[in-house]
Order: sequence, then C-alpha cells, then structure tokens
Amino acid sequence: MINFGFSINKPRTIDIDRNNLRKSNEIMHEMPELQTCIGCGTCTATCTAGNLTEFNFRKVHTLVRRGEYQGAYVEMNKCMLCGKCRLLCPRGINTRGVVMLIKRKLGDF
Amino acid sequence: MKHVIIIGGGIAGMQCACTLADRGIAATIIEKEADLGGKIRSWHVLFPTFTSADEVLSAARRRLAQAENVTIRTGCEATKLTPKRVTLSTGEELECDAVVIATGFTLFDARLKEEYGYGIYDNVVTSADLEHMFNKGEVRLSSGQAPRRIALLHCVGSRDEKVCQRHCSKVCCVTGVKQAIELKKMFPTADVFNFYMDIRMFGPGYEEMYREAQLAHNVHFVRGRISEVSPTIDNRLQIKAEDTLTGRPLKMGIDMLVLLVGMRSNDWNTSLEAECGLKCQPSGFMQPKDSFLGNVESNVEGIFYAGTVTAPKNIGESINEGTAAALAAAEWISK
Ligand SMILES: Cc1cc2nc3c(=O)[nH]c(=O)nc-3n(C[C@H](O)[C@H](O)[C@H](O)COP(=O)(O)OP(=O)(O)OC[C@H]3O[C@@H](n4cnc5c(N)ncnc54)[C@H](O)[C@@H]3O)c2cc1C
Ligand code: SF4
Ligand code: SF4
Ligand code: SF4
Repeated sequence: MINFGFSINKPRTIDIDRNNLRKSNEIMHEMPELQTCIGCGTCTATCTAGNLTEFNFRKVHTLVRRGEYQGAYVEMNKCMLCGKCRLLCPRGINTRGVVMLIKRKLGDF
Repeated sequence: MKHVIIIGGGIAGMQCACTLADRGIAATIIEKEADLGGKIRSWHVLFPTFTSADEVLSAARRRLAQAENVTIRTGCEATKLTPKRVTLSTGEELECDAVVIATGFTLFDARLKEEYGYGIYDNVVTSADLEHMFNKGEVRLSSGQAPRRIALLHCVGSRDEKVCQRHCSKVCCVTGVKQAIELKKMFPTADVFNFYMDIRMFGPGYEEMYREAQLAHNVHFVRGRISEVSPTIDNRLQIKAEDTLTGRPLKMGIDMLVLLVGMRSNDWNTSLEAECGLKCQPSGFMQPKDSFLGNVESNVEGIFYAGTVTAPKNIGESINEGTAAALAAAEWISK
C-alpha cells in the first residue's frame, strides 16, 4: 500500500455508547459514596503526588466512572495512600478506598 | 383582642407583626438582642440592587412604629413555648392565641475549618466581617495597607460533611459575587478571584449581576475549592486549589481571603424538637408541615414559622413568609 503520510487520530471523544460501563457500575456499586463527588478538586489540590506529577485523582476516578479505564491502574499506582485528600473531601469520600478499589477492579487495564 | 407572639425580631418577624396589626390582631415581638432587625443590621448593601441594608431596615422600622397594638420586648429570649404560652429567659410567662417562630439562622463559625486559618492568620476574614468593614467604609489589611489581591472562597461551612453541614446556604454565592464587585469598586486595580464549586444564582437579577462581575469588573472565577491556606515569609497568604476546568493544581499568593460563611440552624431548634413537639429537618432547620402547601405551618397546630428558621432564604423570601405566617395565624385564630 502507498504510504500517503496521513494517519487517523484516535477520537478523543468519551463515547459512552461504546464504553463498557460494567466495571464502572461494579465500582460504584461497591462504593456508592464515589457517586457523590462534586468535582471540587480539593483532593487534587492537596495531593503531593498530583503536585509533582501529572497524577490527578479527581480526573482519574471521573474517567473511570465514564468507562475510560485505560491507564487508570497505572495512574492510581502513583498514589502514596497518604490520606490527605480524605481529610479534606467535603463529601467525606473514603478516597484511599477508591484508589484501592479501582486498582483491584482495573488491574488488567 | 386576639394576641399572637412572634419569637425573633428579624426582618421576617417585623413583617409578621405589621401584617397582624393590619388585621386587627395584637402582636408581641420577643427579641433577644437589644435591637430589632436581625442579621440585616450588620449588612452593608444588598444584592442584587446594591440598595443599602439600612434603607430596607429603616422602612420596616417605620412601618412597625406606625402599627397599632404591637408590643416589642427586646433583650429577652424565649426559652419554651406552647401554642398558648411562651416562657421567657426572665422566667415570665406570656399568654397568647398563636405563636410564630421567626428566630432565623446562625452564622457558621469559620474557625471550625482550621485549614483556612480563620482566627489564626491575619487577613483571613468572613463575609460577615467584610460587611462590617464596608459599613465602616474601610477595608484594610492588618498592616494598614490596601489589598492588591483578594480571594473569596464559596461554600465555607456549607455542603461539607466534615462540619456536618450538608445543605447549601443559598445566599452565599450571591453574596460572594456582590462582595467581589464592591471590592473591585473600592480597589479598581486589585485582582479579585472567586473560588467556587457551583455558582448558584437563583433569583431575579442575580445571574445578571454575575455577568456584570465578569464583564464590567473583571472578577476572575476559578472552579475549584481551596484546600489549604498558609502564611508566606512576606506576610501574605498562599492558597492551593485545583483549577478543575484545566485539571491542574493551582497556587497563588494573596493579601486577603474572604470566607463566604454559610447559614446554619440555631442550636435552640433541637430543644424546640425535644421540648415543644416540633420537628427538625436533618439539616437542623425546622421542618414545615408541608413543602408545598404548608410552608409557614408547623406540625403543631397554632405554631407557625416565618423566614430562615426553616431554611436559608433571601430577604424578600423571608419578608414574604412573615406575611404568609401572619395570615395563616390569623386564619387559625378565627376558627
Ligand atoms: C453574609 C450574608 C449576607 C447576606 N446578604 C443578603 C443580601 O444582600 N440580600 C438578601 O436578600 N439576603 C441577604 N442575606 C440573607 C439575609 O440575611 C436573611 O434572609 C435574613 O437575615 C433572614 O431574616 P430572618 O428574620 O429570617 O432571620 P434573622 O435575621 O436571623 O433574625 C432572627 C432574629 O431572631 C432573634 N432570635 C433568635 N432566637 C431567639 C430567641 N430564642 N428568643 C428571642 N429572639 C431570638 C435573633 O436575635 C434575630 O434578631 C445575607 C446573608 C448572609 C449570611
Ligand atoms: S492519598 Fe493518594 S490521592 Fe490522596 S492525597 Fe495522598 S497521594 Fe494524593
Ligand atoms: S475532594 Fe471529594 S468531592 Fe472533591 S473532587 Fe475530590 S473526591 Fe470529589
Ligand atoms: S449558595 Fe453557593 S457558596 Fe453558598 S453553599 Fe450554596 S453553592 Fe456554596
């Protein structure tokens, strides 16, 4: 085949129709409190890992809830489980529990 | 002559007394402070019109002064009540035909959110403190200088499990935008940032005021909650938040932090529940008989509610409830 030098970008859209929400539903079933997140970003603001690397706890768990699992396990491995975010979360979410749960459920992603 | 006792002489209680007087019913206002008016006495100008709070209060006072058969008892607290009798802190008991509870709300104590440093660092103030400063006509840092960069933080003591206040206080977003505009008018060259999670502009003219803050006053809005405040070596404050719309942590040096404190329920509400047979909501505010058809009635016949004793409300809503409670009490008495 002739190489024209073009390629097609992978779409950036979060395609809820194509994403398989089974794992996401399982996670939310096990920890319904995660659904109460209001996306305030206090967790990320206080997170030492998030201040030094690209790691963003809020973003990773939000993507997981949308069925975007790629890279979630690797990202959550950056968490040091220090628990600062849990002290501050206005919804009282057990954030470290969320990290552990996502790692347990999405070890193969 | 029939007689209604109104507990609490805030704007809701004052309006209630005027309406009862119009209907030929005697009213007694029991107010624990030395003066009527409630919280509004401390506010400077009111959203969304920037009308002076004093103007609104003076008008209410004038109407009350003209009303007949209104007795005002300031400096005494109600401690217990039934629909026919109110007990005061003095031990005195007053007879009546119905009771309206208009005891309002309590300001959230910002010291409970220690991470924001209220009472620890200089130049961390609450929205209520800022109103006092506006009233004095002077907003200054502890050094006496004018602030060059100011942050206002929304939802302090509201929507927060950590301080057991789950509810939204409703008026603090609007207050925050109003105060940001006032600060910009006072210090046109200062940078003013509002840190919010959701902006709730529920009333007529409120969203327009928000747009005005952005367009005419260049107030910056950052969607993220401040996680902590720390002092810097040059005696300023450093704040941290996530700029959630870009997904990146953000830090910033500021001169002054304004905490938009919420409205919480009065401690007295729990004894109203325990001793007077009334019901509280999980938020601690009193529970009206029905959220649609009985907003100013309680679960006990002959006891009525007006104003922020049942939920956070703005002034217009509180005044309307003053009228509604008076009419409901008048109807009940005539039965
Ligand atoms: C920072 C801030 C700014 C605000 N700015 C605005 C604004 O610009 N525009 C607007 O529309 N709304 C504003 N509001 C809301 C406004 O303050 C309320 O809507 C209003 O004060 C409610 O009036 P109220 O009579 O229900 O209660 P309150 O003002 O709380 O009055 C209750 C009264 O009852 C008395 N009392 C309580 N318990 C007892 C007892 N046991 N015995 C005797 N007396 C008792 C209290 O001393 C008080 O005087 C603001 C609120 C806050 C927190
Ligand atoms: S527990 Fe993990 S996500 Fe939370 S602040 Fe610590 S490192 Fe960050
Ligand atoms: S602090 Fe809690 S509510 Fe806020 S974004 Fe993080 S998990 Fe969600
Ligand atoms: S009105 Fe705004 S600042 Fe106040 S609690 Fe509700 S969302 Fe937060």
